[in-house]
Amino acid sequence: MSGEKYIPKSKLAQWFDSRLPLLTLSHHLTEYPTPKNLNYWWTFGGILTIFLITQIVTGIVLAMHYVPHVDHAFESVEHIMRDVNYGWLIRYAHANGASMFFLAVYIHIFRGLFYGSYKSPREMIWITGLIIYLLMMATAFMGYVLPWGQMSFWAATVITNLFSAIPLFGENVTEWLWGGFSVDNPTLIRFYSLHYLFPFLIFGLVVLHIWALHVPGNNNPVGIDVKKNGNETMPFHPYMVMKDLTALLVFLIIYLWFVFFAPNVLGHPDNYIEANPLVTPPHIVPEWYLLPFYAILRAIPSKLGGVIFMFASIFILMALPWLDTSKVRSSVFRPIYRKFFWVLVVVVILLGYLGAKPPEGIYLILARIATAYYFIHFLVLLPILGRYEKTDPLPMSISDPVLNKQDLMDKFKKTVTQYEGDDVDSFK
Amino acid sequence: MLILLNRIILTIFISAVSFSASSEEMNTNYLKTDWSFKGIFGTFDRASLQRGYQVYQEVCSGCHSVQHLSYRNLSEKGGPEFSVEEAKAIAAQFEVEDGPNSDGEMFMRPGRLSDTFVKPYPNVEASTAANGGAYPPDMSVLTKARKGGANYIYSLLLGYEEAPTGFELDEGVYYNKYMPGNKIKMTAPLSDGLVEYSDGTPSTRAQMAKDVTAFLVWVAEPHLESQHRMGFKSIIYLIILFILVYMSKQKVWSRFDSKKEPEEETFDKVERAVTEYEGEDPKTFK
Repeated sequence: MSGEKYIPKSKLAQWFDSRLPLLTLSHHLTEYPTPKNLNYWWTFGGILTIFLITQIVTGIVLAMHYVPHVDHAFESVEHIMRDVNYGWLIRYAHANGASMFFLAVYIHIFRGLFYGSYKSPREMIWITGLIIYLLMMATAFMGYVLPWGQMSFWAATVITNLFSAIPLFGENVTEWLWGGFSVDNPTLIRFYSLHYLFPFLIFGLVVLHIWALHVPGNNNPVGIDVKKNGNETMPFHPYMVMKDLTALLVFLIIYLWFVFFAPNVLGHPDNYIEANPLVTPPHIVPEWYLLPFYAILRAIPSKLGGVIFMFASIFILMALPWLDTSKVRSSVFRPIYRKFFWVLVVVVILLGYLGAKPPEGIYLILARIATAYYFIHFLVLLPILGRYEKTDPLPMSISDPVLNKQDLMDKFKKTVTQYEGDDVDSFK
Repeated sequence: MLILLNRIILTIFISAVSFSASSEEMNTNYLKTDWSFKGIFGTFDRASLQRGYQVYQEVCSGCHSVQHLSYRNLSEKGGPEFSVEEAKAIAAQFEVEDGPNSDGEMFMRPGRLSDTFVKPYPNVEASTAANGGAYPPDMSVLTKARKGGANYIYSLLLGYEEAPTGFELDEGVYYNKYMPGNKIKMTAPLSDGLVEYSDGTPSTRAQMAKDVTAFLVWVAEPHLESQHRMGFKSIIYLIILFILVYMSKQKVWSRFDSKKEPEEETFDKVERAVTEYEGEDPKTFK
């Protein structure tokens, strides 16, 4: 916990560590000071790391049996489900693992929004996190194409067609992505290749994300800086490791419930129909975790506009540390922002619901209102709030809740009594 | 600006009007029956699966393939569990194309356990042509490929009715309560007493529909039983592990909590707080 330089005990270890400081790294990781008031919303970083590893491991095994070819992909997935030992378990773990990965990442992102974890000095943690999120979406989308079911094929068609909205060279970009003149075998093979590559890019970015975290240290529910060597922090191991593990087990129980008892509820039945370029499904919908963006895409009446707004809805988050000008991090002390935060949560969930509905009638109107609100929240409300919101008084340290004067007097008297003897009145 | 506003209002108006024109209706009020495979401990009823295989073989297999199923699956654990001899006998009833032999000729031979189920048509085009332009879907994963799953298939099999008056039906199209759009190209496949069950179960329409649907659920999910078994075990294991880990975590954290804040620090802190509340001069504090 102390800031002193770590020196290994044995001579051999010293020799090794001075050449390759792995021991110093491991010492840093175990002793890394974490604020003692972190709540369970802070355990999702650990959960996400475990899920990334789960996805990579199950994915590598699936890749040993999968065949990336339009004539064999669907069949090879059935081969995995039926003939490969525990293939059904590996595939269901991978497919539902993706859903759980996104569930966890959404909680992780909204936790950051609520407690202001993106604010100075943690902007780079936030931005690397958003790049990870973008890569996750690309990876998940390409993975969804691989089973080559109806939804795979048509989702690929819809999404790749978005690029044709780019003026001048849009058509060329789309054909370049396809490797031909429609979604076909070359598309499937390159998606497979990239689906294998991206998780390792994500892994690298996770290392940067954690590195950026370890420079300023964790934010905390109170949102004020902690003293690194007081009693306000506890070493990562064993305290946070145990807490993360506790939360991870609860999350795993939910995950395994899906894997074993409802492995297909999060997917679309049409994806068990082999891809057929001649038959369009009545409703083309992406996986649930991409629905809010799909709603934004369809809420804008022009194709190019929809694409721009959809990408803007993510990139706007990159500017968040500068859009939110309030100096107070945690919304515990921001009474008005706190209300708008919950409105935003509801709006995003509403957008997700609308993304699954056909873009017509009341659904379309609501999607437009929700899309407008989403952008107003970041572009208008946050800058105004930062300026005019009257925040609640911040506590002195994370150990103290905000004390009122009477509590302060009592605490003061008690301390003084210990120092000065029982006669409090003598102290002046 | 005004033009833009006008446009927005117009768009909202048009969208509101078009709301009434909703997408094709679908009867999702499916017939219910007690499936033995539902729930955490769900297992298949062997006799029902064997009867279901019989219904598939005698009624469905003329048009519908199950191309991802192998004959050996019939004798595997968790399925209909025919004996290996029975499964071999079933496979041998079918002619499978093999080859080329040493003369370079393709030849027909009796099916083996390792073969996948023989398809009624060589390809989708042939089956479409033979069935009036509608392709009878492969049934390997059919119960997973339809909204409503087993209940939908069961209801569809029993959902044939006289079309209500005024409902237009083309030649070779039938009315079905549960089909999206109510039009189906398949004739009512089941009628009472259509197959003769060897175990003496009366072959009513409802019984056959139930048996063949159960069979199709197994075909789509041949490892369902081991999936349920393993799921139950792993979740119980995780719950116990969670309790132990939670208690250890409490124990570990109590070590830290017992470390009290040094008194001096409290004193400093209170003094600082007081200063902030009362101004720079601590003497005014009472």
